[in-house]
Amino acid sequence: MIKSELVQKIAEANPHLYQRDVEHIVDAMLDEITGALARGDRVELRGFGAFSTKARPARLGRNPRTGAQVKVAEKVVPYFKTGKEMRERLNRPRR
Amino acid sequence: MAGRTVTRADLSEVVYQKVGLSRTESASLVELVLRELADSLARGENVKLSSFGSFVVRQKGRRIGRNPKTGEEVPIEPRRVMVFKPSNILKSRINDRHDGKKR
Repeated sequence: MIKSELVQKIAEANPHLYQRDVEHIVDAMLDEITGALARGDRVELRGFGAFSTKARPARLGRNPRTGAQVKVAEKVVPYFKTGKEMRERLNRPRR
Repeated sequence: MAGRTVTRADLSEVVYQKVGLSRTESASLVELVLRELADSLARGENVKLSSFGSFVVRQKGRRIGRNPKTGEEVPIEPRRVMVFKPSNILKSRINDRHDGKKR
């Protein structure tokens, strides 16, 4: 499923909404999650999972082609942990 | 600063502010979006949200684990797990804002 299919599904279930509104809703949610992570907050969606960030310290890497050492700056990476209920649903016999 | 936890209520509030539906309807639509995502993944279907990232369902094989407390070997049965692969856009947005200020 891609974003436009998600939007379409939700629009079909809500005939009183324009597809544009549904698009705005999905984008607003994703933007807020992104913004929260950028602020250093975590996002916890019970039953689904939690988004957080992890710091990766600066390190010395290597250019795999030339073998030259390069400095890799410290960075922050997004991390998602699947929620308990979601983990169980993935392994429940299909309905 | 790290600290706050954003929840469904915050997402509903943002939808309410940005889209102009009632608070009740905003909340139920946030719920519906999450339910559609979860249902799709539970069916084993991957979800790709452009400029955000994708959720991928993976099948894991059987392996032997160990109870770390007792050292006892326990089989870990084959199972399905999901992983989130952040898009490059998400990764760079998260780093841009951190530039210049340490957490």
